[in-house]
Amino acid sequence: MEASGLRPLGRERFWLWALLTPTLIGLVFGALGSVLATLLISLTKWDLLTPPQWTGLDNYMKLFTNEKHLESLLNTIKFSAMYVPSVVIISLFVATLMNRKIHGIGLYRTIYFLPVVTSAVAAALVWQMIYGRDTGLLNYIIESLGGKPVCWFCERNALASVVIVNVWGAIGEGMIIFLAGLQAIPREYYEAATVDGASDWQRFFRITIPLVTPSIFFQTLITTINAFQAYDYIYMLTRRGQGDSSVPVVVFSIYRNAFHFFRMGEASAQAIELAVIVVLLMAFYFWLERRYVVYE
Amino acid sequence: MSTYTSVRTRNLLLNLITYLLLSMGAVIMLTPFLWMVATSFKMPADQYTKTLIPNPATLNNFKELWSQLPFPDLLFNSFKLSTLITIGQLLTCTMSAFVFAVVNFRLRNILFALLMVTLMIPPQVTLIPNFIVFGWLHLVGTQVPLWLPAFWGGAFGTFLMRQYFLTIPRDLADAARVDGASLIQIFWHIYLQLAKPALAALAIFTFHGAWNDLLHPLVYLPTDMHKTTLTVGLAFFQQQLVQGGKFTVLLAGALISILPLTLVFFIAQRQFIEGIALTGVKR
Repeated sequence: MEASGLRPLGRERFWLWALLTPTLIGLVFGALGSVLATLLISLTKWDLLTPPQWTGLDNYMKLFTNEKHLESLLNTIKFSAMYVPSVVIISLFVATLMNRKIHGIGLYRTIYFLPVVTSAVAAALVWQMIYGRDTGLLNYIIESLGGKPVCWFCERNALASVVIVNVWGAIGEGMIIFLAGLQAIPREYYEAATVDGASDWQRFFRITIPLVTPSIFFQTLITTINAFQAYDYIYMLTRRGQGDSSVPVVVFSIYRNAFHFFRMGEASAQAIELAVIVVLLMAFYFWLERRYVVYE
Repeated sequence: MSTYTSVRTRNLLLNLITYLLLSMGAVIMLTPFLWMVATSFKMPADQYTKTLIPNPATLNNFKELWSQLPFPDLLFNSFKLSTLITIGQLLTCTMSAFVFAVVNFRLRNILFALLMVTLMIPPQVTLIPNFIVFGWLHLVGTQVPLWLPAFWGGAFGTFLMRQYFLTIPRDLADAARVDGASLIQIFWHIYLQLAKPALAALAIFTFHGAWNDLLHPLVYLPTDMHKTTLTVGLAFFQQQLVQGGKFTVLLAGALISILPLTLVFFIAQRQFIEGIALTGVKR
Protein backbone atom coordinates (compact mmCIF):
# COMPACT_ATOMS: atom_id res chain seq x y z
CA MET A 1 0.00 0.00 0.00
CA GLU A 2 1.69 3.18 1.13
CA ALA A 3 5.24 3.73 2.30
CA SER A 4 6.31 2.10 5.51
CA GLY A 5 5.46 3.85 8.71
CA LEU A 6 7.11 4.28 12.06
CA ARG A 7 9.01 1.34 13.34
CA PRO A 8 8.40 0.50 16.97
CA LEU A 9 11.53 0.71 19.09
CA GLY A 10 12.18 -1.98 21.64
CA ARG A 11 9.68 -1.71 24.40
CA GLU A 12 7.26 0.10 22.17
CA ARG A 13 6.32 -3.21 20.67
CA PHE A 14 4.23 -3.67 23.76
CA TRP A 15 2.29 -0.53 23.02
CA LEU A 16 1.77 -1.54 19.44
CA TRP A 17 -0.04 -4.65 20.51
CA ALA A 18 -1.72 -2.99 23.47
CA LEU A 19 -3.34 -0.44 21.20
CA LEU A 20 -4.33 -3.13 18.79
CA THR A 21 -5.65 -5.64 21.29
CA PRO A 22 -9.28 -4.51 21.64
CA THR A 23 -9.85 -4.55 17.92
CA LEU A 24 -7.93 -7.78 17.67
CA ILE A 25 -10.18 -9.40 20.24
CA GLY A 26 -13.19 -8.17 18.35
CA LEU A 27 -11.74 -9.45 15.11
CA VAL A 28 -10.87 -12.90 16.31
CA PHE A 29 -13.59 -13.67 18.82
CA GLY A 30 -16.23 -11.25 17.75
CA ALA A 31 -16.27 -11.43 14.01
CA LEU A 32 -14.25 -14.38 12.75
CA GLY A 33 -15.00 -16.55 15.74
CA SER A 34 -18.68 -15.87 15.31
CA VAL A 35 -18.63 -16.90 11.69
CA LEU A 36 -16.90 -20.11 12.62
CA ALA A 37 -19.30 -20.71 15.50
CA THR A 38 -22.36 -20.05 13.37
CA LEU A 39 -21.02 -22.47 10.77
CA LEU A 40 -20.55 -25.12 13.41
CA ILE A 41 -23.95 -24.54 14.97
CA SER A 42 -25.60 -24.74 11.58
CA LEU A 43 -24.45 -28.33 11.41
CA THR A 44 -26.31 -29.23 14.58
CA LYS A 45 -29.75 -29.30 16.06
CA TRP A 46 -29.69 -27.28 19.25
CA ASP A 47 -32.30 -25.66 21.41
CA LEU A 48 -29.96 -24.41 24.12
CA LEU A 49 -31.64 -26.53 26.77
CA THR A 50 -30.49 -29.92 25.61
CA PRO A 51 -26.99 -30.58 24.31
CA PRO A 52 -26.51 -30.01 20.59
CA GLN A 53 -26.94 -32.96 18.26
CA TRP A 54 -24.85 -33.29 15.20
CA THR A 55 -26.97 -33.32 12.06
CA GLY A 56 -24.51 -32.50 9.33
CA LEU A 57 -25.92 -30.73 6.32
CA ASP A 58 -29.50 -31.55 7.32
CA ASN A 59 -30.42 -27.97 8.11
CA TYR A 60 -29.24 -26.83 4.72
CA MET A 61 -31.18 -29.58 2.96
CA LYS A 62 -34.26 -28.60 4.87
CA LEU A 63 -33.88 -25.01 3.74
CA PHE A 64 -34.67 -25.99 0.20
CA THR A 65 -37.95 -27.59 1.13
CA ASN A 66 -39.05 -25.39 4.01
CA GLU A 67 -41.93 -23.34 2.68
CA LYS A 68 -41.64 -20.64 5.26
CA HIS A 69 -38.01 -20.17 4.44
CA LEU A 70 -38.54 -20.14 0.71
CA GLU A 71 -41.26 -17.57 1.17
CA SER A 72 -38.95 -15.35 3.17
CA LEU A 73 -36.19 -15.82 0.63
CA LEU A 74 -38.51 -14.79 -2.18
CA ASN A 75 -39.63 -11.78 -0.20
CA THR A 76 -36.06 -10.76 0.41
CA ILE A 77 -35.25 -10.97 -3.27
CA LYS A 78 -38.39 -9.10 -4.27
CA PHE A 79 -37.70 -6.48 -1.65
CA SER A 80 -34.14 -5.94 -2.81
CA ALA A 81 -35.13 -5.89 -6.46
CA MET A 82 -37.54 -3.05 -5.75
CA TYR A 83 -35.52 -1.28 -3.10
CA VAL A 84 -32.02 -1.06 -4.53
CA PRO A 85 -32.79 0.43 -7.96
CA SER A 86 -35.30 2.83 -6.43
CA VAL A 87 -32.87 4.17 -3.88
CA VAL A 88 -29.95 4.47 -6.26
CA ILE A 89 -31.87 6.07 -9.09
CA ILE A 90 -33.93 8.44 -6.99
CA SER A 91 -31.04 9.61 -4.85
CA LEU A 92 -28.86 10.09 -7.92
CA PHE A 93 -31.64 12.11 -9.49
CA VAL A 94 -32.07 14.23 -6.38
CA ALA A 95 -28.32 14.77 -6.11
CA THR A 96 -28.13 15.84 -9.74
CA LEU A 97 -30.88 18.36 -9.14
CA MET A 98 -29.17 19.66 -6.04
CA ASN A 99 -25.85 19.95 -7.79
CA ARG A 100 -27.14 22.77 -9.92
CA LYS A 101 -26.15 25.95 -8.26
CA ILE A 102 -29.43 27.02 -6.71
CA HIS A 103 -30.26 28.88 -3.57
CA GLY A 104 -31.41 27.04 -0.49
CA ILE A 105 -29.52 23.88 -1.22
CA GLY A 106 -28.55 23.66 2.44
CA LEU A 107 -32.19 23.61 3.47
CA TYR A 108 -33.10 20.96 0.93
CA ARG A 109 -30.17 18.83 1.99
CA THR A 110 -31.26 19.03 5.60
CA ILE A 111 -34.82 18.10 4.77
CA TYR A 112 -33.85 15.16 2.60
CA PHE A 113 -31.49 13.88 5.23
CA LEU A 114 -34.00 14.05 8.05
CA PRO A 115 -35.50 10.59 7.44
CA VAL A 116 -32.01 9.09 7.67
CA VAL A 117 -31.39 10.68 11.05
CA THR A 118 -34.66 9.45 12.46
CA SER A 119 -34.99 6.06 14.00
CA ALA A 120 -36.89 3.61 11.86
CA VAL A 121 -39.01 2.79 14.88
CA ALA A 122 -40.26 6.34 15.32
CA ALA A 123 -40.79 6.90 11.62
CA ALA A 124 -42.59 3.58 11.24
CA LEU A 125 -45.15 4.65 13.81
CA VAL A 126 -46.10 7.69 11.78
CA TRP A 127 -46.14 5.68 8.59
CA GLN A 128 -48.44 3.20 10.24
CA MET A 129 -50.83 6.05 10.72
CA ILE A 130 -50.32 7.38 7.22
CA TYR A 131 -50.98 3.97 5.73
CA GLY A 132 -54.13 3.33 7.74
CA ARG A 133 -56.90 2.02 5.55
CA ASP A 134 -59.81 3.98 6.93
CA THR A 135 -58.03 6.63 8.89
CA GLY A 136 -54.74 7.15 7.11
CA LEU A 137 -53.46 10.28 5.51
CA LEU A 138 -52.61 8.66 2.20
CA ASN A 139 -56.07 7.27 1.63
CA TYR A 140 -57.54 10.57 2.72
CA ILE A 141 -55.58 12.32 0.01
CA ILE A 142 -56.47 9.67 -2.52
CA GLU A 143 -60.14 9.89 -1.71
CA SER A 144 -60.23 13.66 -1.89
CA LEU A 145 -58.70 13.39 -5.33
CA GLY A 146 -61.50 11.07 -6.29
CA GLY A 147 -59.78 7.72 -6.03
CA LYS A 148 -60.57 4.57 -4.11
CA PRO A 149 -58.82 3.93 -0.81
CA VAL A 150 -56.02 1.36 -0.94
CA CYS A 151 -55.49 -1.41 1.56
CA TRP A 152 -51.79 -0.79 2.02
CA PHE A 153 -51.00 -3.73 4.21
CA CYS A 154 -53.16 -6.36 2.64
CA GLU A 155 -51.42 -9.33 1.06
CA ARG A 156 -50.86 -7.84 -2.35
CA ASN A 157 -49.57 -4.47 -1.30
CA ALA A 158 -47.74 -5.11 1.94
CA LEU A 159 -44.32 -5.66 0.42
CA ALA A 160 -44.52 -2.59 -1.80
CA SER A 161 -45.71 -0.47 1.10
CA VAL A 162 -42.77 -1.56 3.19
CA VAL A 163 -40.38 -0.91 0.32
CA ILE A 164 -41.71 2.62 -0.03
CA VAL A 165 -41.04 3.40 3.61
CA ASN A 166 -37.55 1.94 3.43
CA VAL A 167 -36.77 3.92 0.28
CA TRP A 168 -38.07 7.08 1.93
CA GLY A 169 -35.65 6.52 4.77
CA ALA A 170 -32.64 5.85 2.57
CA ILE A 171 -32.71 8.56 -0.08
CA GLY A 172 -30.94 11.15 2.03
CA GLU A 173 -27.91 8.97 2.53
CA GLY A 174 -27.54 8.15 -1.15
CA MET A 175 -28.03 11.78 -2.00
CA ILE A 176 -25.04 12.73 0.12
CA ILE A 177 -22.81 10.12 -1.46
CA PHE A 178 -23.80 11.13 -4.96
CA LEU A 179 -23.44 14.82 -4.22
CA ALA A 180 -19.90 14.20 -3.10
CA GLY A 181 -19.24 12.17 -6.21
CA LEU A 182 -20.78 14.76 -8.50
CA GLN A 183 -18.87 17.59 -6.93
CA ALA A 184 -15.65 15.72 -7.41
CA ILE A 185 -15.99 16.01 -11.17
CA PRO A 186 -13.68 18.82 -12.28
CA ARG A 187 -15.49 21.80 -13.71
CA GLU A 188 -12.98 22.03 -16.55
CA TYR A 189 -14.36 18.93 -18.20
CA TYR A 190 -17.75 20.56 -18.60
CA GLU A 191 -16.26 23.81 -19.75
CA ALA A 192 -14.11 22.10 -22.32
CA ALA A 193 -17.10 20.16 -23.56
CA THR A 194 -19.19 23.31 -23.88
CA VAL A 195 -16.43 24.96 -25.84
CA ASP A 196 -16.45 21.99 -28.15
CA GLY A 197 -20.17 22.45 -28.67
CA ALA A 198 -21.57 19.66 -26.54
CA SER A 199 -25.23 19.86 -25.62
CA ASP A 200 -26.54 19.47 -22.09
CA TRP A 201 -27.57 15.87 -22.70
CA GLN A 202 -24.21 15.03 -24.17
CA ARG A 203 -22.45 16.57 -21.22
CA PHE A 204 -24.62 14.55 -18.85
CA PHE A 205 -24.25 11.20 -20.55
CA ARG A 206 -20.65 11.46 -21.69
CA ILE A 207 -19.12 13.21 -18.68
CA THR A 208 -21.33 13.06 -15.63
CA ILE A 209 -22.56 9.51 -15.80
CA PRO A 210 -19.20 7.85 -16.49
CA LEU A 211 -17.41 9.87 -13.82
CA VAL A 212 -20.06 9.19 -11.24
CA THR A 213 -19.88 5.41 -11.67
CA PRO A 214 -17.59 5.01 -8.63
CA SER A 215 -20.32 6.51 -6.48
CA ILE A 216 -22.97 4.44 -8.20
CA PHE A 217 -20.95 1.33 -7.50
CA PHE A 218 -20.38 2.19 -3.88
CA GLN A 219 -23.96 3.25 -3.29
CA THR A 220 -25.38 0.15 -4.95
CA LEU A 221 -23.13 -2.03 -2.83
CA ILE A 222 -24.15 -0.37 0.41
CA THR A 223 -27.81 -0.31 -0.52
CA THR A 224 -27.81 -3.98 -1.42
CA ILE A 225 -26.21 -4.88 1.87
CA ASN A 226 -28.83 -2.80 3.63
CA ALA A 227 -31.60 -4.40 1.59
CA PHE A 228 -30.66 -7.84 2.80
CA GLN A 229 -30.57 -6.68 6.37
CA ALA A 230 -33.74 -4.62 6.34
CA TYR A 231 -35.54 -5.37 9.53
CA ASP A 232 -36.73 -2.40 11.53
CA TYR A 233 -39.50 -1.11 9.29
CA ILE A 234 -40.70 -4.60 8.52
CA TYR A 235 -40.84 -5.42 12.19
CA MET A 236 -42.72 -2.27 13.12
CA LEU A 237 -45.23 -2.36 10.29
CA THR A 238 -45.93 -6.00 9.56
CA ARG A 239 -45.25 -8.16 12.55
CA ARG A 240 -47.86 -10.61 13.74
CA GLY A 241 -47.98 -12.96 16.68
CA GLN A 242 -45.37 -15.63 17.31
CA GLY A 243 -42.60 -13.48 15.93
CA ASP A 244 -44.10 -13.83 12.50
CA SER A 245 -44.76 -11.18 9.88
CA SER A 246 -47.08 -10.74 6.98
CA VAL A 247 -44.05 -10.02 4.86
CA PRO A 248 -41.31 -12.11 6.35
CA VAL A 249 -37.84 -11.69 4.99
CA VAL A 250 -34.88 -13.91 5.75
CA VAL A 251 -33.64 -11.74 8.59
CA PHE A 252 -37.05 -12.00 10.15
CA SER A 253 -37.01 -15.72 9.76
CA ILE A 254 -33.59 -16.00 11.37
CA TYR A 255 -34.67 -13.94 14.32
CA ARG A 256 -37.83 -15.95 14.69
CA ASN A 257 -36.13 -19.31 14.50
CA ALA A 258 -33.38 -18.34 16.89
CA PHE A 259 -35.16 -16.32 19.54
CA HIS A 260 -38.70 -17.52 19.35
CA PHE A 261 -38.40 -21.19 18.61
CA PHE A 262 -34.79 -21.61 19.75
CA ARG A 263 -33.94 -23.63 16.69
CA MET A 264 -30.34 -22.49 16.73
CA GLY A 265 -29.17 -24.88 14.06
CA GLU A 266 -31.75 -23.84 11.50
CA ALA A 267 -31.34 -20.16 12.22
CA SER A 268 -27.58 -20.47 11.84
CA ALA A 269 -27.98 -22.24 8.52
CA GLN A 270 -30.22 -19.44 7.34
CA ALA A 271 -27.72 -16.85 8.48
CA ILE A 272 -24.93 -18.59 6.58
CA GLU A 273 -27.12 -18.83 3.52
CA LEU A 274 -27.81 -15.12 3.73
CA ALA A 275 -24.12 -14.35 4.11
CA VAL A 276 -23.26 -16.51 1.11
CA ILE A 277 -25.84 -14.80 -1.06
CA VAL A 278 -24.52 -11.39 -0.05
CA VAL A 279 -20.92 -12.40 -0.74
CA LEU A 280 -21.86 -13.76 -4.16
CA LEU A 281 -23.72 -10.58 -4.99
CA MET A 282 -20.76 -8.52 -3.94
CA ALA A 283 -18.41 -10.59 -6.06
CA PHE A 284 -20.77 -9.88 -8.93
CA TYR A 285 -20.69 -6.17 -8.15
CA PHE A 286 -16.90 -6.14 -8.05
CA TRP A 287 -16.83 -7.87 -11.41
CA LEU A 288 -19.16 -5.18 -12.75
CA GLU A 289 -16.90 -2.57 -11.24
CA ARG A 290 -13.91 -3.80 -13.13
CA ARG A 291 -15.82 -3.68 -16.36
CA TYR A 292 -17.88 -0.54 -16.10
CA VAL A 293 -16.63 1.77 -13.39
CA VAL A 294 -14.43 4.62 -14.54
CA TYR A 295 -11.68 5.86 -12.28
CA GLU A 296 -9.57 8.81 -13.25
CA MET B 1 -26.19 28.53 -31.24
CA SER B 2 -28.84 30.32 -29.19
CA THR B 3 -28.95 33.96 -28.37
CA TYR B 4 -28.07 35.14 -24.91
CA THR B 5 -31.62 35.85 -23.77
CA SER B 6 -32.98 32.49 -24.83
CA VAL B 7 -30.14 30.74 -23.00
CA ARG B 8 -31.04 32.74 -19.94
CA THR B 9 -34.72 31.91 -20.10
CA ARG B 10 -33.86 28.28 -20.65
CA ASN B 11 -31.71 28.35 -17.55
CA LEU B 12 -34.49 30.00 -15.63
CA LEU B 13 -36.92 27.36 -16.76
CA LEU B 14 -34.58 24.55 -15.78
CA ASN B 15 -34.03 26.13 -12.39
CA LEU B 16 -37.75 26.45 -11.91
CA ILE B 17 -38.31 22.80 -12.72
CA THR B 18 -35.47 21.91 -10.37
CA TYR B 19 -37.04 23.87 -7.56
CA LEU B 20 -40.41 22.33 -8.26
CA LEU B 21 -39.18 18.77 -8.25
CA LEU B 22 -37.00 19.25 -5.21
CA SER B 23 -39.84 20.88 -3.33
CA MET B 24 -42.24 18.09 -4.14
CA GLY B 25 -39.69 15.63 -2.85
CA ALA B 26 -39.12 17.77 0.21
CA VAL B 27 -42.81 17.66 1.01
CA ILE B 28 -42.74 13.88 0.84
CA MET B 29 -39.69 13.80 3.09
CA LEU B 30 -41.18 16.20 5.60
CA THR B 31 -44.82 15.21 5.84
CA PRO B 32 -44.37 12.27 8.21
CA PHE B 33 -42.52 14.53 10.61
CA LEU B 34 -45.09 17.27 10.45
CA TRP B 35 -47.68 14.62 11.10
CA MET B 36 -45.77 13.31 14.06
CA VAL B 37 -45.55 16.75 15.61
CA ALA B 38 -49.16 17.60 14.90
CA THR B 39 -50.59 14.37 16.27
CA SER B 40 -48.48 14.55 19.42
CA PHE B 41 -50.34 17.64 20.45
CA LYS B 42 -53.83 16.44 19.58
CA MET B 43 -56.40 15.08 21.95
CA PRO B 44 -56.74 11.31 21.60
CA ALA B 45 -60.27 11.76 20.34
CA ASP B 46 -58.93 13.86 17.49
CA GLN B 47 -56.05 11.63 16.63
CA TYR B 48 -57.25 10.81 13.14
CA THR B 49 -58.26 14.28 12.07
CA LYS B 50 -56.42 15.53 9.04
CA THR B 51 -55.53 18.98 10.27
CA LEU B 52 -51.96 20.05 10.79
CA ILE B 53 -52.69 22.42 13.59
CA PRO B 54 -54.29 20.66 16.51
CA ASN B 55 -57.33 22.39 17.89
CA PRO B 56 -57.58 21.95 20.79
CA ALA B 57 -53.91 21.41 21.41
CA THR B 58 -52.81 19.57 24.50
CA LEU B 59 -49.76 18.47 26.41
CA ASN B 60 -51.56 15.52 27.93
CA ASN B 61 -49.87 13.00 25.68
CA PHE B 62 -46.50 13.96 27.00
CA LYS B 63 -47.73 13.94 30.55
CA GLU B 64 -49.10 10.45 30.03
CA LEU B 65 -45.81 9.30 28.56
CA TRP B 66 -44.05 10.42 31.64
CA SER B 67 -46.45 9.12 34.26
CA GLN B 68 -48.17 6.05 32.84
CA LEU B 69 -45.32 4.58 30.87
CA PRO B 70 -41.74 3.96 31.94
CA PHE B 71 -40.67 6.56 29.41
CA PRO B 72 -38.06 8.30 31.57
CA ASP B 73 -36.31 4.98 32.04
CA LEU B 74 -36.36 4.25 28.34
CA LEU B 75 -34.98 7.68 27.55
CA PHE B 76 -32.25 7.39 30.12
CA ASN B 77 -31.27 3.92 28.95
CA SER B 78 -30.99 5.03 25.37
CA PHE B 79 -28.77 7.90 26.41
CA LYS B 80 -26.64 5.80 28.67
CA LEU B 81 -26.10 3.00 26.21
CA SER B 82 -25.52 5.22 23.21
CA THR B 83 -22.96 7.23 25.13
CA LEU B 84 -21.17 4.14 26.42
CA ILE B 85 -21.07 2.61 22.98
CA THR B 86 -19.76 5.81 21.43
CA ILE B 87 -17.00 6.12 24.00
CA GLY B 88 -16.06 2.50 23.46
CA GLN B 89 -15.84 2.87 19.74
CA LEU B 90 -13.97 6.16 19.83
CA LEU B 91 -11.36 4.69 22.14
CA THR B 92 -10.73 1.35 20.52
CA CYS B 93 -11.12 2.30 16.89
CA THR B 94 -8.78 5.26 17.18
CA MET B 95 -6.18 3.09 18.83
CA SER B 96 -6.22 0.41 16.20
CA ALA B 97 -6.53 2.94 13.38
CA PHE B 98 -3.35 4.61 14.58
CA VAL B 99 -1.51 1.34 14.56
CA PHE B 100 -2.72 0.44 11.09
CA ALA B 101 -2.06 3.86 9.65
CA VAL B 102 1.22 4.79 11.19
CA VAL B 103 3.12 1.88 12.60
CA ASN B 104 5.06 -0.51 10.49
CA PHE B 105 4.90 -4.12 11.58
CA ARG B 106 4.90 -7.43 9.85
CA LEU B 107 1.30 -8.52 10.16
CA ARG B 108 -0.15 -5.13 9.37
CA ASN B 109 -1.56 -5.71 5.92
CA ILE B 110 -2.94 -9.14 6.62
CA LEU B 111 -4.69 -8.05 9.78
CA PHE B 112 -6.17 -4.99 8.17
CA ALA B 113 -7.42 -6.93 5.18
CA LEU B 114 -9.01 -9.43 7.56
CA LEU B 115 -10.65 -6.59 9.44
CA MET B 116 -12.09 -5.16 6.24
CA VAL B 117 -13.48 -8.53 5.29
CA THR B 118 -15.52 -8.57 8.48
CA LEU B 119 -17.35 -5.50 7.22
CA MET B 120 -19.18 -7.78 4.86
CA ILE B 121 -20.45 -10.08 7.57
CA PRO B 122 -24.14 -9.47 8.21
CA PRO B 123 -24.93 -8.93 11.90
CA GLN B 124 -27.25 -11.92 11.93
CA VAL B 125 -24.26 -14.21 11.58
CA THR B 126 -22.58 -12.87 14.69
CA LEU B 127 -25.79 -12.45 16.62
CA ILE B 128 -26.44 -16.10 17.39
CA PRO B 129 -23.04 -17.10 18.82
CA ASN B 130 -22.85 -13.83 20.76
CA PHE B 131 -26.24 -14.54 22.26
CA ILE B 132 -25.19 -18.02 23.25
CA VAL B 133 -21.97 -16.88 24.86
CA PHE B 134 -23.69 -14.08 26.74
CA GLY B 135 -26.24 -16.64 27.79
CA TRP B 136 -23.53 -18.82 29.33
CA LEU B 137 -22.25 -15.76 31.16
CA HIS B 138 -25.77 -15.10 32.46
CA LEU B 139 -25.73 -11.70 30.82
CA VAL B 140 -28.84 -12.03 28.71
CA GLY B 141 -31.47 -9.73 30.14
CA THR B 142 -28.87 -7.18 31.13
CA GLN B 143 -27.53 -4.22 29.25
CA VAL B 144 -23.98 -5.55 29.13
CA PRO B 145 -24.25 -7.36 25.76
CA LEU B 146 -25.33 -4.06 24.26
CA TRP B 147 -22.30 -1.99 25.11
CA LEU B 148 -19.51 -4.42 25.76
CA PRO B 149 -18.89 -5.27 22.08
CA ALA B 150 -18.30 -1.58 21.44
CA PHE B 151 -15.12 -1.85 23.47
CA TRP B 152 -13.48 -4.38 21.30
CA GLY B 153 -13.05 -2.24 18.27
CA GLY B 154 -14.94 -2.11 15.05
CA ALA B 155 -14.08 -2.46 11.42
CA PHE B 156 -15.96 0.58 10.28
CA GLY B 157 -14.65 2.93 12.95
CA THR B 158 -11.11 1.74 12.40
CA PHE B 159 -11.49 2.21 8.68
CA LEU B 160 -12.83 5.73 9.09
CA MET B 161 -10.13 6.86 11.51
CA ARG B 162 -7.39 5.22 9.50
CA GLN B 163 -8.50 7.03 6.37
CA TYR B 164 -8.22 10.27 8.23
CA PHE B 165 -4.93 9.43 9.92
CA LEU B 166 -3.43 8.66 6.53
CA THR B 167 -4.00 12.24 5.48
CA ILE B 168 -1.86 13.56 8.30
CA PRO B 169 1.65 14.17 6.97
CA ARG B 170 4.13 11.59 8.14
CA ASP B 171 6.72 14.34 8.57
CA LEU B 172 5.07 15.38 11.78
CA ALA B 173 5.58 11.97 13.25
CA ASP B 174 9.08 11.71 11.87
CA ALA B 175 10.01 15.07 13.32
CA ALA B 176 8.61 14.03 16.67
CA ARG B 177 10.61 10.85 16.43
CA VAL B 178 13.77 12.81 15.90
CA ASP B 179 12.90 14.77 19.00
CA GLY B 180 12.73 11.51 20.89
CA ALA B 181 8.98 11.05 21.15
CA SER B 182 7.62 7.61 21.90
CA LEU B 183 4.88 5.94 19.90
CA ILE B 184 2.31 6.72 22.51
CA GLN B 185 3.33 10.33 22.68
CA ILE B 186 3.00 10.61 18.93
CA PHE B 187 -0.41 9.01 19.12
CA TRP B 188 -1.65 11.22 21.89
CA HIS B 189 -0.13 14.57 21.10
CA ILE B 190 -0.15 14.55 17.34
CA TYR B 191 -2.65 12.22 15.78
CA LEU B 192 -5.42 12.47 18.32
CA GLN B 193 -5.17 16.24 18.43
CA LEU B 194 -5.33 16.58 14.67
CA ALA B 195 -8.12 14.09 14.18
CA LYS B 196 -10.88 15.98 15.93
CA PRO B 197 -13.11 16.29 12.82
CA ALA B 198 -12.92 12.58 12.16
CA LEU B 199 -13.54 11.86 15.83
CA ALA B 200 -16.62 14.04 15.71
CA ALA B 201 -17.87 12.29 12.61
CA LEU B 202 -17.28 8.86 14.12
CA ALA B 203 -18.91 9.88 17.38
CA ILE B 204 -22.02 11.11 15.66
CA PHE B 205 -22.20 8.11 13.42
CA THR B 206 -21.80 5.67 16.29
CA PHE B 207 -24.24 7.46 18.55
CA HIS B 208 -26.78 7.55 15.76
CA GLY B 209 -26.44 3.83 15.10
CA ALA B 210 -26.67 2.96 18.76
CA TRP B 211 -29.63 5.22 19.49
CA ASN B 212 -31.67 3.84 16.62
CA ASP B 213 -30.72 0.20 17.08
CA LEU B 214 -33.74 -2.05 17.39
CA LEU B 215 -32.34 -5.53 16.82
CA HIS B 216 -29.83 -5.83 19.64
CA PRO B 217 -31.93 -4.46 22.49
CA LEU B 218 -34.79 -6.56 21.15
CA VAL B 219 -32.71 -9.72 21.47
CA TYR B 220 -31.27 -9.05 24.91
CA LEU B 221 -33.93 -6.94 26.63
CA PRO B 222 -37.26 -7.61 24.96
CA THR B 223 -39.57 -7.29 27.91
CA ASP B 224 -37.92 -5.36 30.72
CA MET B 225 -39.24 -1.88 30.15
CA HIS B 226 -37.02 -0.43 32.83
CA LYS B 227 -33.78 -1.63 31.33
CA THR B 228 -34.44 -1.51 27.62
CA THR B 229 -34.14 1.31 25.12
CA LEU B 230 -36.56 3.70 23.44
CA THR B 231 -36.74 1.65 20.28
CA VAL B 232 -37.86 -1.54 21.98
CA GLY B 233 -40.09 0.42 24.33
CA LEU B 234 -41.95 2.14 21.52
CA ALA B 235 -42.36 -1.14 19.68
CA PHE B 236 -43.55 -2.79 22.86
CA PHE B 237 -46.28 -0.27 23.50
CA GLN B 238 -47.20 0.08 19.88
CA GLN B 239 -50.05 -2.40 19.83
CA GLN B 240 -51.38 -1.53 23.22
CA LEU B 241 -51.54 2.18 22.56
CA VAL B 242 -52.92 1.96 19.05
CA GLN B 243 -55.70 -0.35 20.05
CA GLY B 244 -56.38 1.74 23.10
CA GLY B 245 -56.96 4.69 20.84
CA LYS B 246 -53.85 6.42 22.07
CA PHE B 247 -51.91 6.92 18.88
CA THR B 248 -51.28 10.45 20.09
CA VAL B 249 -49.31 9.21 23.07
CA LEU B 250 -47.35 6.81 20.92
CA LEU B 251 -46.39 9.52 18.48
CA ALA B 252 -45.51 11.86 21.31
CA GLY B 253 -43.07 9.21 22.43
CA ALA B 254 -41.75 8.85 18.91
CA LEU B 255 -41.28 12.61 18.72
CA ILE B 256 -39.24 12.74 21.89
CA SER B 257 -37.18 9.79 20.76
CA ILE B 258 -36.07 11.55 17.60
CA LEU B 259 -35.43 14.93 19.20
CA PRO B 260 -31.90 14.39 20.52
CA LEU B 261 -30.49 13.10 17.28
CA THR B 262 -32.33 15.68 15.21
CA LEU B 263 -30.91 18.40 17.42
CA VAL B 264 -27.40 17.03 17.10
CA PHE B 265 -27.96 16.82 13.38
CA PHE B 266 -28.97 20.45 13.06
CA ILE B 267 -26.00 21.60 15.08
CA ALA B 268 -23.40 19.33 13.60
CA GLN B 269 -24.70 18.86 10.09
CA ARG B 270 -21.37 19.09 8.46
CA GLN B 271 -19.77 16.39 10.60
CA PHE B 272 -22.73 14.11 10.06
CA ILE B 273 -22.55 14.47 6.34
CA GLU B 274 -18.80 14.41 6.20
CA GLY B 275 -18.80 11.14 8.04
CA ILE B 276 -20.86 9.57 5.33
CA ALA B 277 -18.90 11.16 2.53
CA LEU B 278 -15.62 10.16 4.13
CA THR B 279 -16.48 6.53 3.75
CA GLY B 280 -17.50 6.81 0.18
CA VAL B 281 -15.98 8.54 -2.65
CA LYS B 282 -12.23 8.68 -2.73
CA ARG B 283 -10.82 5.23 -3.13
